[in-house]
Amino acid sequence: MAAKWNKAKCIRCGGCVGVCPKSALDLKESGIEVNEAECIDCGACAKFCPVGALKVEKK
Amino acid sequence: MKDVIIVGAGPGGASAARVLAKKGYSVALYEKRQEIGAPKRCAEGVSIDDFKRLGIMPPDNCLRQEIDGALVYAPSGKFLTMDFSKTVGYVLERKVFDKWLCEEAARAGAKVQAKTEITEVIKENGKICGVRGTFMNEPFEERCKVLIAADGIETKIARMAGLNTRCDPMVTDSGVQFEMVGIKMSDPKKLQIFVGNKIAPRGYVWIFPKGKDVANVGIGIVGKSDVPAVNYLRRFIEASPELKDGSILEVNAGGIPVGGLLKKMTLDNFLVVGDAAHQVSPIHGGGIFEAQYAGIIAGEVVADALANGDTSEKALEPYNKRWWQDRGDILHRVEKLREVMEKMSDDDFNFFADNLTAENLADLCAGSNLKIMAKLVIKRPNLMKFAGMLI
Repeated sequence: MAAKWNKAKCIRCGGCVGVCPKSALDLKESGIEVNEAECIDCGACAKFCPVGALKVEKK
Repeated sequence: MKDVIIVGAGPGGASAARVLAKKGYSVALYEKRQEIGAPKRCAEGVSIDDFKRLGIMPPDNCLRQEIDGALVYAPSGKFLTMDFSKTVGYVLERKVFDKWLCEEAARAGAKVQAKTEITEVIKENGKICGVRGTFMNEPFEERCKVLIAADGIETKIARMAGLNTRCDPMVTDSGVQFEMVGIKMSDPKKLQIFVGNKIAPRGYVWIFPKGKDVANVGIGIVGKSDVPAVNYLRRFIEASPELKDGSILEVNAGGIPVGGLLKKMTLDNFLVVGDAAHQVSPIHGGGIFEAQYAGIIAGEVVADALANGDTSEKALEPYNKRWWQDRGDILHRVEKLREVMEKMSDDDFNFFADNLTAENLADLCAGSNLKIMAKLVIKRPNLMKFAGMLI
């Protein structure tokens, strides 16, 4: 499934990048990039996000 | 069964827990992170006057650096010096300070527990009556008469409880901070603030000293910037001869609620404090004092409600009322000032630096004497129409 990023809500603080245990997220000028092959759906990014810009659907 | 469950062991939750436990109520204070106070979430600056108002002073081991003033830099490089010639504040060590607040809560009788994540708010007949969660990944359930959400800007508890407190990205600043060592500061007792649209749109860069060559170097900018805050911060550090050779000990990132104050922070058997309730100064983004102040009011109001055997929304209403009287109205005024600042060009910032004194700045940050700002705003054609907001 992998984490889904919502551009409209994101404030580009990059906190999610820091909490991801798999380094599957990257903060680019264009926003947050999710490496779907690396994401393990743990939800750490969604729990951290201050504005609800990341969602992880449980399989 | 507990009288009160508090979710989130930051300054707000710990203060509410201490007040309630001191009055003899049974309190559980849960923190989802494995270490209270880490990672830190702010620049760690506090004023002595604030602690006097709170009636509690942290011990010396929480205090990293005495502060006697601040240097505020306009884009032109001109700076205003606030010099109080005595210690008026401190830069804390939040990892020690947050734990100390929790120690005080625990010594008063509260049960504090880290690595405890609350995943569900239990309701019966529509009324909140407890929580489910995990401690070290083992499920548990605990009942309570009152639930307090103090779980920070990302608050999930308030939403589960039925109060929508989600931060609008328009009034959420994006913050990034490096704790740096090996940097140069002309005076480690002065905070340094840098404003300007090229440096930090709708925000500022801060250098908060934690010793003669150590400081929190951070930035808060408007959440809706396309360029990430960290890019602005790195650009600032690269361009600064004092900072560029420093080492980075810690990176912090997150959101700062700088508006959207809530009129209603209560439900039956429930209330919300701190960042979760957006209780932060909209002008400087500081929330350590605000969270503790609200936590103390929350503790007192909940204690009264428990004593009277009525913890309905109506019985908790004094929390909304007291907080707005003591803090909300001031923060709301300061928010207006921030809204004007958002419209300011770098030329405007330079103009204000030429026409304001350091004392004026201190007043403005405290939400008083906004008419000084209004008088100057009238002289700027592009800002004139906003003068009314400040009177």
